[in-house]
Amino acid sequence: MENTAALTDEQITRDLLPQKFGKRGTIWTGLLIIICVIGAYAYYRQLKYGLVVTNMRDYVSWGIYISNFVFFVAISLVGSLITAIFRLANVKWSTPLTRIAEIIAVSAIVFASIIIIVDMGRPERFMNLFLHGRIQSPIMWDVIVIGTYFFISCLLLYFPLLPDLKILIGLKQKTGKALNKLYRFQGSFWKGTGGQFRISDRAINILCIVIIPVAFCIHTVTSWLFATTYRPGWDSTNFGAYFISGAFLVGAGGVVVAMYVFRKAYHLEKYITEKHFEKMGRIVVLLALLYLYFNINEYLIPAFKMKKPEEAHLTQLFTGEYAALFWFAILVGMIIPIIILLFKKGRKPLPMFIAGVMVVVGAWFKRYLIVTPTLLHPFLPMQNVPDNYHHYFPSWEEWAIAMGSLAGALLVITFFARIYPIIPIHETITEQHEQAENK
Amino acid sequence: MSCHCGSNNCNNNSRRKFLLTGVLATAALAGCNDNKHPFVPEEEVVLTGEKVKLLSVNGEVIEIDRAYLKPVPDMPAVSNADERRGMAGKSYVMVIDLARCKNLKKCQEACNHMHHVHAGQNWIKVLGMEDSDHTAPYWQPTTCMHCDEPPCVKVCPVDATFKRQDGIVLIDSNRCIGCRFCMAACPYSTRVFNWEEPGLTEEVANQQYSCETSLPQKKGTVGKCDFCPDMTRKGELPHCVSACPNGVFFFGDMNEDTVTNGAETFRFSELIKDKAGYRLMEDLGTKPRVYYLPPVNRNFPFESGLENEKGNNKDNNSK
Repeated sequence: MENTAALTDEQITRDLLPQKFGKRGTIWTGLLIIICVIGAYAYYRQLKYGLVVTNMRDYVSWGIYISNFVFFVAISLVGSLITAIFRLANVKWSTPLTRIAEIIAVSAIVFASIIIIVDMGRPERFMNLFLHGRIQSPIMWDVIVIGTYFFISCLLLYFPLLPDLKILIGLKQKTGKALNKLYRFQGSFWKGTGGQFRISDRAINILCIVIIPVAFCIHTVTSWLFATTYRPGWDSTNFGAYFISGAFLVGAGGVVVAMYVFRKAYHLEKYITEKHFEKMGRIVVLLALLYLYFNINEYLIPAFKMKKPEEAHLTQLFTGEYAALFWFAILVGMIIPIIILLFKKGRKPLPMFIAGVMVVVGAWFKRYLIVTPTLLHPFLPMQNVPDNYHHYFPSWEEWAIAMGSLAGALLVITFFARIYPIIPIHETITEQHEQAENK
Repeated sequence: MSCHCGSNNCNNNSRRKFLLTGVLATAALAGCNDNKHPFVPEEEVVLTGEKVKLLSVNGEVIEIDRAYLKPVPDMPAVSNADERRGMAGKSYVMVIDLARCKNLKKCQEACNHMHHVHAGQNWIKVLGMEDSDHTAPYWQPTTCMHCDEPPCVKVCPVDATFKRQDGIVLIDSNRCIGCRFCMAACPYSTRVFNWEEPGLTEEVANQQYSCETSLPQKKGTVGKCDFCPDMTRKGELPHCVSACPNGVFFFGDMNEDTVTNGAETFRFSELIKDKAGYRLMEDLGTKPRVYYLPPVNRNFPFESGLENEKGNNKDNNSK
């Protein structure tokens, strides 16, 4: 962090303190709230009339709710990548990114749970999962690992926050009364003694080790929701690794986008530097190549054999109804970002931001392509069904709810950054002291 | 099964009826007044003078006046636990003879009618199949396969769809959470979902829910062919079997090794052996309980079913 070398502790604190929403911040937040409200209204309609308000029917029985769920689970994996893997590997430069990654993980996993409840025909019977749960169902595995991942992620967000809460409590004038009360409630027991730091460091280390297998589980199990069925396009032993690699990619892309936005919005150029973009760029390239590799395995090997049930599915993707979307997801979600980021100039903040957005948008549509087209190709022919059974395009309610959930996740991140420092203050200060000593 | 009908059937029936009324009546009377003598009426009853023989809970045959008999309102004939357990000693199986099917869709009609299946949806689908370009087309009625290794049951997170000891796979719509994982898992695409409030008449909607009748269906839950266990409990055939005028469907018990379509009865094992019966998607390892007899020496040309197909398509498109 060479740029921050000259900064005093006070200046760092001042720079990183959560700020009130400016004009743009207010508009952004208002917009997100409006989208959420529209989504909530659509869900009210769904509760009232049933899932008939969606365009899912007996053949396409899973639609964008499920693909959105997979997307959320995927993007939440990044918390473990940036926080845990980097910490255990002793990678120091990732410090300013850890909290961004963790809050993305927490808000995404919350909305993954919400959207899966939205997809249920009888959400009021949710408790049946615990009253009558059967452990051989992959859904139960998902419930267990997502719950576990949520708790570990929350703790990984909370423990490193404690020293910052102490700093914030000390700045009552600047943060205001209401927030001060919240900070006190959450962190007044933290005195910052050596003993407390020892316990906290140990706890964080343990959590970092535990969260890696749990993170692999959440996305592997999510892939098994599909891979445990017989359907062409889902019946694949490649699925676990394929989903994990895709999840790391979209998560890293999401962090790049968030880095750029926070850097601009809060003027954090001194903390999130071009060096960070450069390093994240290399990671995104690596992950995109990895995901591309699994995609080749996933599509070209069945295409080589063209078994009869696979054939209809694959031709629809390669040249048929979903071809435009399929090639969009491959090109925009993987190949173009790879090309951009392979060049040093491409790893500057703005091109990185563009590549990050491409990765995330491509990934969202990729999930849609994983879920829906498969269901249009059952083993037994679809006959004597209404015309709309042969196609699926989400209804406005489905779009509103899916977009509402995305807006909701962004809203959680936005409010989090309003209340807490999005870059860890205490750790930044400590690291600067360490650097000064080393010199 | 109907093949066992004989002269002693009536006797059997009347004895069963007698026992059943007795048990119901004693249960009702015992339930009414807890600590009192069960046969002391709470209110004055005008005696009819006609005595009825009953089997008491102790197993004694007793006699009471008919006036004491009260009907038990809405008492479910079978408990949910019994419905989940299934019939002991039975192993239900279906054989569908493709050589006899001409796509009349009477099976579908009867099934939809008796189960109040939502308009536009079908539990039984009669598919026009052609395995490859140059092979002969044929009509294939498709029910739930009631697999012995049911993929739907494996994935259900709440035990709402389950396998019974008599081989039948059923759904408990009072427990289903509507996640539709079973629909994704079923390779036969047999399951349908109640996307909206099923348009039931008040009478049907108000009746007590039973997994065996699959009625009344509930919004936000999954439905499918249930092999009509309420009919087999009564010793009758499933609706599709009795509705088919061409005798395509045979239903029976593997333990008895008999299947019947109402008019003809065969040894199940011999029928499957003689006609080279097979099951759908054997390679998936689902072990279906529905066997097909290949469409050879057909009773009707394939084309004779096409007319019905056109009409049906029109119907569905207009919906």
